[in-house]
Amino acid sequence: METLVFYLFGGIALLAAVSVVAQKRVFYSALSLILCLGSVAVLFLALEAPFIAAVQIIVYAGAIMVMVLFVIMMLDPFSAAAARDKRRRLTCLAAALGLVALVVMFTLMRAHDPAALPVDAGGVPLAAAPVSRLGQLLFTRFLIPFEATSILILVAIMGVVVLARKRS
Amino acid sequence: MNPYLVLSLLLFLVGTTGFIVKKNVLAMFLCVELMLNAANLAFVAFARDLGHLQGQIFVFLVMVVAAAEAAVGLAIMIVLYRRRQTLNPDDADTMKG
Amino acid sequence: MMTELLWLLPLVPLAGAAATGLLGRRLPKRAVTLVACGASGAAFVLALAAFLELLSLAPGDRRIERELFTWIAAGDFTAKAALLLDPLSAVMTLVVTGVGFIIHIYSIGYMRAQEGYYRFFAYMNLFLFSMLVLVLAGNFLLMFVGWEGVGLCSYLLIGYDFHRPAAADAGKKAFIVNRIGDFGFILGILLVFLTFGDLGFGRVFGEIAAAPSRFPPEAGIGVLTAIALLLFVGAMGKSAQIPLHVWLPDAMEGPTPVSALIHAATMVTAGVYMVVRCAPLFSRAPVALDVVLVVGSATALMAATIGLAQTDIKRVLAYSTVSQLGFMFMAAGAGAFSAGIFHLMTHAFFKALLFLGAGSVIHALAGEQDLRRMGGLRRRIPVTFWTMLVAALAISGIFPLAGFFSKDEILWAAWAGGHPAVWILGLLTAGLTGLYMFRLIFLAFFGEPRHAEGAHPHESPPSMTGPLVALALLSAAGGFIGLPAWLGANRFARFLEPSLSLAHRGEAPHFSHALEFAFAALSVAVALAGIFAAHRIYLARPGAAGRIAARWGAIHRLLRDRYRFDEFYDRAVVRPLLGLSERTLWLRVDVGVIDRCVNGAGSSMVSLGALLRGMQNGLIRSYAAWIVAGMAAVLLYLSLLRS
Repeated sequence: METLVFYLFGGIALLAAVSVVAQKRVFYSALSLILCLGSVAVLFLALEAPFIAAVQIIVYAGAIMVMVLFVIMMLDPFSAAAARDKRRRLTCLAAALGLVALVVMFTLMRAHDPAALPVDAGGVPLAAAPVSRLGQLLFTRFLIPFEATSILILVAIMGVVVLARKRS
Repeated sequence: MNPYLVLSLLLFLVGTTGFIVKKNVLAMFLCVELMLNAANLAFVAFARDLGHLQGQIFVFLVMVVAAAEAAVGLAIMIVLYRRRQTLNPDDADTMKG
Repeated sequence: MMTELLWLLPLVPLAGAAATGLLGRRLPKRAVTLVACGASGAAFVLALAAFLELLSLAPGDRRIERELFTWIAAGDFTAKAALLLDPLSAVMTLVVTGVGFIIHIYSIGYMRAQEGYYRFFAYMNLFLFSMLVLVLAGNFLLMFVGWEGVGLCSYLLIGYDFHRPAAADAGKKAFIVNRIGDFGFILGILLVFLTFGDLGFGRVFGEIAAAPSRFPPEAGIGVLTAIALLLFVGAMGKSAQIPLHVWLPDAMEGPTPVSALIHAATMVTAGVYMVVRCAPLFSRAPVALDVVLVVGSATALMAATIGLAQTDIKRVLAYSTVSQLGFMFMAAGAGAFSAGIFHLMTHAFFKALLFLGAGSVIHALAGEQDLRRMGGLRRRIPVTFWTMLVAALAISGIFPLAGFFSKDEILWAAWAGGHPAVWILGLLTAGLTGLYMFRLIFLAFFGEPRHAEGAHPHESPPSMTGPLVALALLSAAGGFIGLPAWLGANRFARFLEPSLSLAHRGEAPHFSHALEFAFAALSVAVALAGIFAAHRIYLARPGAAGRIAARWGAIHRLLRDRYRFDEFYDRAVVRPLLGLSERTLWLRVDVGVIDRCVNGAGSSMVSLGALLRGMQNGLIRSYAAWIVAGMAAVLLYLSLLRS
């Protein structure tokens, strides 16, 4: 079952990703990205991370992408003013990177021994991990990163306000 | 060999390629999001593999950062558009040399 | 007493040099004079004291060695600053300080009007110091220090009026030609050290004398001969023997007192002193002695012929000096070392006198140095005339003046030592000496005045004429301490004997006193013939000189052009070196290689930078591509490393 889900939604995600790159119009790229995000969310579900899947849909696909769409609509959504992307460069680059990726994959994967990796002492097996467990971890062990991100968001807000206001 | 990791890698590569090739800053930004997503997928895959939640915690944090980065980045792009009337990154080469 | 204070002798002039050199600019002329002449006078007094102390010792004990300090201590090699006072160095110090003092007095009047009065006296005192170090040194290394010191002072003093290019060039020429000789000298010193393991005179000569089996008189060229020849190369440079004589005539660009002191009486005699000091060495190296003999006699003759055709009064005297130095080396080469030193001493008297007198003449004529524009000065500057006449007679070897005794002893030694050809050359040279010397006298002092209008020849002040008279007395009476065998005892030679005791003496054939007397009479006759010839040519029959010059035109030109040594050196040595320097070393090496390396390093960095700048094209996407490429490379590396 899981394999089926993986191949189906993984394939959709991959195709959507390629579409993001391949589309001429940026609006369509954004839409493709939303599709990709959704498929990845399903994959998260398959990977026993329901909370993360939900957050993906709500935050990523819901908030971030909407914001992006707003900006796209604001700044010239359907223009083909940008020059043609060079196809050849794209394929060459993709091929080179793909080669590197394969090499990396094979060598890394072969050496990877899951049993040798350290297991977190405070870790809870996933099978018995409700979402509340995630929350507990966030507010105990990972409290400082959590608070740091709130500061980060504050800074981002200030930055955006400063940057995007109209000069009077 | 974890297939999810393979998928993550492929998504990452697609995103990288797109980032380099696209001539619209917004499109480049979308590719960055794609790359981040690929990383998230890898994290969650590892979390499941190794049997603990640290990976998911990290994904949480990545998403927060991605949101902040999206906001600021888009603001910059808006300013760029206002200044130069262009969304072509090649036109912003005053740092040349 | 002197044994403890020996170091004071060279130090007093050094202190004088330091005082006048450092403070002289702000002191009045009188103070400078006092310090400088006082220093040289004090040095003379000290030399006298040392001499007297030496006399108070028994002849066999007349040897005072004082080690001052250890100069170099490097592994097996130690060099000490050691002074040696024995009859030879006593004679030399007396000559140096005595004549030096007299010339210092003379310089007061002569240099009065010059700029940089203090500088002159500082250099002169410095010279005295160096020369004293040279003659009092107890080992080769310290002697070499003095050797170089006098070379330096010679350069400084020749180029004293350095604003004149001729003077500056002459100074350089002197120093450089000297350097060539010094090269041989240094090699000689090294060879001494290699052979004997020490550089002290006592040790080295003692070792030579003490081991006759190890150091026999050599038949061919052994190590002793090699050492001797190398040392002689240094002597040739310093004492202006052919072919390294070319610097001495040019050195006449310096002030006349300098010519008198350095290039007549003292510095140029350093080579002779050195050879005589190393008599134990030379006497056991017959080949080297023969070389000395040949070079000396050839130089004597050649220089005399050149002097015949020169028109500058100082240049005539310069070539005369070269010629007389040749005589001294002739003596050494014939084994008559004390005769060489005797002639050194008498020559110091009359040559210094001749130069100072020439200076007086030049001073009287307000700077005129050309003999053709002198004449009839006899009555105008009588003191100068009479003293110079005495000197001319002395140098020509007329009895009973000093030059007769010393020169005669040399000629006799040449004959008695079995070198008849050399004797003939010497005789010929003696005749020529009389000829050119009296040519000078007649042209300058006799005949119709030919000097420029407006010049009022006047006698020099007493500060200048006093030294002339003093030297004239010495030139007249100085010979009597070295009487030849047929007249009495040679006290000079007897006094010097202890210094030469380690020299090897061969079998000396005995000749009768009558024969000696006959030879002496012959040499006087030849000299008189020369004087008479000079009279006939330059005085009695006007125009005779011109006619002779016209008839023997080619020879006259050759003599006037000084055998074209300078031209030859210029073509053979100077121009090729210049060409090498300019075209090869400068152009190809310095500019082509070194500059290119340096500039190339710079410009290659610039090009590399330009290359790398291509990365900084301001395009974000390009930057991203580079990042990805780097990332891929690192991943590749790591993955390959893992596997």
